[in-house]
Amino acid sequence: MKGLKFILAGILFGVIMSKSEAISWYRIQEMFRFQSFHMYGIIGTAVIIGAIAVFLIKKFKIKDTDGSQIVLQDKKKSWPRYIIGGSIFGLGWALTGACPGPMFVNIGYGYWSMLIVIFGSLLGTYLYGVIRDKLPH
Amino acid sequence: MIELLKQPWPWYTSGISIAFIMILLLVYGKSFGFSSNLRALCTLAGAGKRVKFFDFDWKTQKWNLLFLIGSILGGWLSSTVLKNEEPMHLSAATILDIEKLGVAFDGQMNPSAIFGADFATSPKGFLILLVGGLLVGFGSRYAGGCTSGHAISGLSNLQIPSLLAVIGFFAGGLIMTHLLLPYIF
Repeated sequence: MKGLKFILAGILFGVIMSKSEAISWYRIQEMFRFQSFHMYGIIGTAVIIGAIAVFLIKKFKIKDTDGSQIVLQDKKKSWPRYIIGGSIFGLGWALTGACPGPMFVNIGYGYWSMLIVIFGSLLGTYLYGVIRDKLPH
Repeated sequence: MIELLKQPWPWYTSGISIAFIMILLLVYGKSFGFSSNLRALCTLAGAGKRVKFFDFDWKTQKWNLLFLIGSILGGWLSSTVLKNEEPMHLSAATILDIEKLGVAFDGQMNPSAIFGADFATSPKGFLILLVGGLLVGFGSRYAGGCTSGHAISGLSNLQIPSLLAVIGFFAGGLIMTHLLLPYIF
């Protein structure tokens, strides 16, 4: 089954996020209060290793499993959508302690009330789709 | 081995593993970004008939939806076979600060004061969780990505837009934590 590797990658992701407590509302509060290095260590390590890997992938023109060269798309250059959209995201992140991945990991962990948060996030995504032409990007 | 995995993982183990997932998905020809699933789920629910933004072939995101299903299974594994019975070691300063908000530290993964059935099904609690989710969903699509797409994938690719988005994530998070939360809970 071709999709199995993605399910396995997802399982690994869910375990990492849970076991490092990155799905915890408490840890997100600790981060936004600068009272522990934990979350900064996680994100910082991932970015440093990720940046080295991306550099090497580009330098040696590494191919993916389908045989095509790995291309990383550049994000569109502008600022309003990133600053405004990012800030709106941050408000919700600090309130619920969950960004999109951890919402679902938390469901598996047994936090059923997270379904309300997921439902809200789908509403928010839908709302963006409805009014996106009126927003500065 | 299983005893070792049961322990809370240190930040470096987690950071290295997250980078590994990002690289793995690149090697599979995909790009690590979780919030794209929210758009695909709207499309699956039929939003494409009404709103153009959702009129796309969700099957291009099938791999990501499988990743989502895996992440739920990963959460379940962590709360069962890999469960660590010891209470979480949260910083003492955070415990004091959130107690002032009226959120008692219970040593679990998430506070029952917020995610327990009593609060979550009360009108106030339901509204807080719903609006919080709405902000995350709206904001991540507006910004074109969430923590995985911008903070991990984007910063690893040295994208200035992703840096702006991460600055936004923190601006919003700091405003919520330090200015708004005292009035909410």
